[in-house]
Amino acid sequence: MGNQEHFRVWRGDDETGDFVDYDVEVNEGEVVLDIIHRIQATQAPDLAVRWNCKAGKCGSCSAEINGRPRLLCMTRMSTLPPGEPIVVTPMRTFPVIRDLVTDVSFNYEKAREVRAFVPPEGVAPGDYRMQQVDVERSQEFRKCIECFLCQDTCHVLRDHEENKPAFAGPRFLMRVAELDMHPLDAAAEQGLNRKEAAQDEHGLGYCNITKCCTEVCPEHIKITDNALIPLKERVVDLKFDPLIRRKKRAAKG
Amino acid sequence: MTEIERLSYDVIVIGAGGAGLRAAIEAREQGKKTAIISKSLFGKAHTVMAEGGCAASMGNVNDKDNWMVHFGDTMRGGKFLNNWRMAELHAKEAPDRVWELETYGAVFDRTPDGKISQRNFGGHTYPRLAHVGDRTGLELIRTLQQKIVSLQQEDFAATGDYEARIKVFAECTVTDLTKDGDRISGALAYWRESGRHLVFEAPAIILATGGIGKSFKVTSNSWEYTGDGHALALRAGASLINMEFIQFHPTGMVWPPSVKGILVTESVRGDGGVLTNSEGKRFMFDYIPDVFKAQYATTEEEADRWYTDADNNRRPPELLPRDEVARAINSEVKAGRGTPHGGVYLDVSSRLKAEVIIKKLPSMHHQFKELADVDITKEPMEVGPTCHYVMGGVEVDPDTGAASVDGLFAAGECSGGMHGSNRLGGNSLSDLLVFGRRAGAGAAAYIDSLGDQRPAISDDDVQVAARRSVAAFGDGGQEGSENPYTLHQELQQTMNDLVGIIRKEEEIQEALDKLEGLKARGEQVVVEGHRQFNPGWHLALDLRNMLLVSECVAKAAILRTESRGGHTRDDYPTMDAEWRHVLLVCTLNDDGTIDVERQEQIPVRSDLLDLFESDELGKYFTTAELGGRI
Amino acid sequence: MGHPYCVTVATLRTSTSSPEAGAGRAAIAARTLRTDRWWIPPLTTAVGLIAWITYATVRVFMQKDYFVGDYNYLTPFYSPCISNGCVPESSHFGTFLPDVWWLPYAALTLPFLLLFRMTCYYYRKAYYRAFWFSPPACAVAEPHAKYTGETRFPLIGQNLHRYFFYAAVLISLINTYDAIKAFETGDGEFGIGLGNLVLLVNVVALWAYTASCHSCRSIIGGRLNHFSQHPVRYKLWGWVTRLNGKHMQLAWITLGTLALTDFYIMAVSAGWFSDPRIIN
Repeated sequence: MGNQEHFRVWRGDDETGDFVDYDVEVNEGEVVLDIIHRIQATQAPDLAVRWNCKAGKCGSCSAEINGRPRLLCMTRMSTLPPGEPIVVTPMRTFPVIRDLVTDVSFNYEKAREVRAFVPPEGVAPGDYRMQQVDVERSQEFRKCIECFLCQDTCHVLRDHEENKPAFAGPRFLMRVAELDMHPLDAAAEQGLNRKEAAQDEHGLGYCNITKCCTEVCPEHIKITDNALIPLKERVVDLKFDPLIRRKKRAAKG
Repeated sequence: MTEIERLSYDVIVIGAGGAGLRAAIEAREQGKKTAIISKSLFGKAHTVMAEGGCAASMGNVNDKDNWMVHFGDTMRGGKFLNNWRMAELHAKEAPDRVWELETYGAVFDRTPDGKISQRNFGGHTYPRLAHVGDRTGLELIRTLQQKIVSLQQEDFAATGDYEARIKVFAECTVTDLTKDGDRISGALAYWRESGRHLVFEAPAIILATGGIGKSFKVTSNSWEYTGDGHALALRAGASLINMEFIQFHPTGMVWPPSVKGILVTESVRGDGGVLTNSEGKRFMFDYIPDVFKAQYATTEEEADRWYTDADNNRRPPELLPRDEVARAINSEVKAGRGTPHGGVYLDVSSRLKAEVIIKKLPSMHHQFKELADVDITKEPMEVGPTCHYVMGGVEVDPDTGAASVDGLFAAGECSGGMHGSNRLGGNSLSDLLVFGRRAGAGAAAYIDSLGDQRPAISDDDVQVAARRSVAAFGDGGQEGSENPYTLHQELQQTMNDLVGIIRKEEEIQEALDKLEGLKARGEQVVVEGHRQFNPGWHLALDLRNMLLVSECVAKAAILRTESRGGHTRDDYPTMDAEWRHVLLVCTLNDDGTIDVERQEQIPVRSDLLDLFESDELGKYFTTAELGGRI
Repeated sequence: MGHPYCVTVATLRTSTSSPEAGAGRAAIAARTLRTDRWWIPPLTTAVGLIAWITYATVRVFMQKDYFVGDYNYLTPFYSPCISNGCVPESSHFGTFLPDVWWLPYAALTLPFLLLFRMTCYYYRKAYYRAFWFSPPACAVAEPHAKYTGETRFPLIGQNLHRYFFYAAVLISLINTYDAIKAFETGDGEFGIGLGNLVLLVNVVALWAYTASCHSCRSIIGGRLNHFSQHPVRYKLWGWVTRLNGKHMQLAWITLGTLALTDFYIMAVSAGWFSDPRIIN
């Protein structure tokens, strides 16, 4: 019932690899992951691909389709130009393990470097009170499914392996923003300044707000406008704006 | 055989979903060196798929709610087959577990006075589900993940090593548990990335592997749901209960084919969505069973009033427990009143404003738009039943999560009893938290009780298990060459068609015959390629578990000659009180066959029975059980 | 890759190393596998910005045809007119700059306007992509071997955006004054012509662009963690946020209205055509 499409899938490991061509049946309503699975079941049983939910909720099946970072499960075949070969490659920014599977441990290391939520002292569980308007910004960032496509597309990491130690990437700068905007986070009381950490430890200054992270986000989180730029502005409050700094000090004193 | 790396821990948690992570947090907080082993990456577990919310009687929206009402709803939903002690603990502890999440950094939706907001859901008397839009599971998993990171940060500060006391082994699969005599001694696993084996020495193992949905063709479950924990427990000598009870969620997507089965959250109905057939009729009014007549509205007017005035009206029948709604949809489609793609309509577009829909059901809006090209603010969705949850699982001690084998624990979906014959929406996330924590504490207490008497792993066991796990590469003496993908598809088709939502004896028997054949062919599976991230091999190993668990399901299903919750027999269409107090217990024999035996339930504690009206109890219990109550 | 713009990118690239090879990444030689015409947006941006800058540069150094005395129309490129060379009626804030060819008549404010736009979060994206190819488009490798972003001098100066925002607010006030003043004809009577509408549209667009600034959004409320305790600022933040969503469009719209306003006034001033009057 379906029609034939031509797929070019990158296959290989961290040492060598190349494109392999597959002609495969495509049916109405299918997504790229369906086709990869069909290739697996009928032509290449050992074709490695990472996936879990196939519903765009877990963020496992990140790869690149025709050169663009996408979730394989959320890319409908009907949205790709018909008649042209479909090129599927692993995410470029991370070391490849095999075929379409990459080693994303970089992201987990960066996640560990962002200091966790600090619960307010003296507030018992059950006594947390937060207004909806105060949590909405953090909630937007918590929609993140950690597909790491923003990390993959960000040129700071993609084109510059050497920046990896210094730059946490959009996903984790957004995590810092989330915590910095959390109405009950008590980091400051513990002597932790999240703005300072964003700039000095997580490399916020590397971001040149070219917005590829926002363009690629499958959850449509406005990473640049709502997380990164506001965080940059908060850093300005702290580091580059003597007026606000003085006011703050006066208020504290 | 090459040397296999050995690692030593106090507690091994298998599975990194909600239950596994909560268990690991507890074990680590009780000072135990803990490892979490996960088939997937950290934070990708099936828990992220949970949409509606986490049930806990905090009473933030309706202060009449309390643990007793929640307990009653849970028992009613499970048709009183539930392990009452688990239902009691669950109802009592759920609020504390939810509040605790806020101290880990969870950000739930709020009420106007700043508390955690709660929403209505099928089978729950009051608005009870703590939620974040329709992505509550994601919030839960991320919160627990971040709590683990925070514990690792503490350990880093103390020892200079993030993984000193709690470590996540991601993309690592456990193939077998090992025992020292009658006690658990550890587990054999392999890295999916390299195919290399590793051995975990641990006196306590917590199974938190989730469900078995991938044995069915139409399912809302992700690939990981292959019944690993169920099968590991069986092979380690533990027993499973309630395996015949499988929840078919009434609303899965039906179109396009590639997304068939993907979940459409119950919140759509909780927030006002209605089910209609091809004639435009709200058919659920025709399907209110006698036992629920008192709580559900009989007219559309009353049902609609309930959304704004729940105290003075009865709830709409769209919010009946899931088993009832799934059966009703099934009947409508069978009667020829289905949609073009074999489902029914679920409409929210004519009931709520577009902005409200996008605000309250963002993931649904996104999911239909992206996957089906349907704008749910403008047109109805087409939905039908999908395999969603297994009520059955490892038989455990309610207070500690301990299985019948020393050192083995289970929590979450892979444990059994809590939900009886049918789970209420929202009770899964709270189950994970309550019993995840209890299993973690149970494991810690067990280890303390051991003193110096730690079990050991024998090299022979390891070598045997290691050889078995790589047999599919062709050195297992196979004569044929079965393709694991083909076998898996046949298994899914068999279970879906013959042990699905509506069952009858001949069909289940046919399924059992087919399963025998599949089992035999399973021995002949050969995989291509090498051990490095080889999905064919991974599937071959999962298949072994799926076949074992499917056999339990079918064998229990053929024995239970009644219809109750997630087990509907066409040939025994009514509920039978004589079956309420009976559990079907599955065990594995040495020769690889499954035994299913009847076991009497422990009678419900009298003070808990007092929470119900006696005429309601009369619908479920035998006269003898109720004694002087009627 | 036959397009001249692509050739530029390609030439730049050959001088540097290939995209991060090694580090265990998949060995894919192509710099991008994108099959769409990804070079169109940066090319459009480059053409648009170069055209505008060229026009503006020519105009600010022309030092004529900036004022229509009959109707008090002053082009924003010469406002405030503070050079000794300014027509007396056009200078509302005094004149003190020497009249030399290399000093624009509005030399006090123009640098701030330029800096406001140079440090604007939208324009930064636009020129980093279109001129510096950092990156030229998403998932297209950039040609530079090293990248330090905005971590050091001079780009760390982008953090001064909010000061230029403050300046831009003051300048917008002056532009508003000019637009109001233009309702008074040279004879001191009230009048409306097409030029008034042009000035008005321009000044409204300028305010919208200025108010939609990311720094403004932060100052007005984004800095707060408890919106619920500051209902007025929250409301304002909500408005600015909505405008902020259109910051890119407003950035281009204002470039258009500025050039158009200036051109209109130049045309009327030079007598290429006369201003159609509605009243007086």
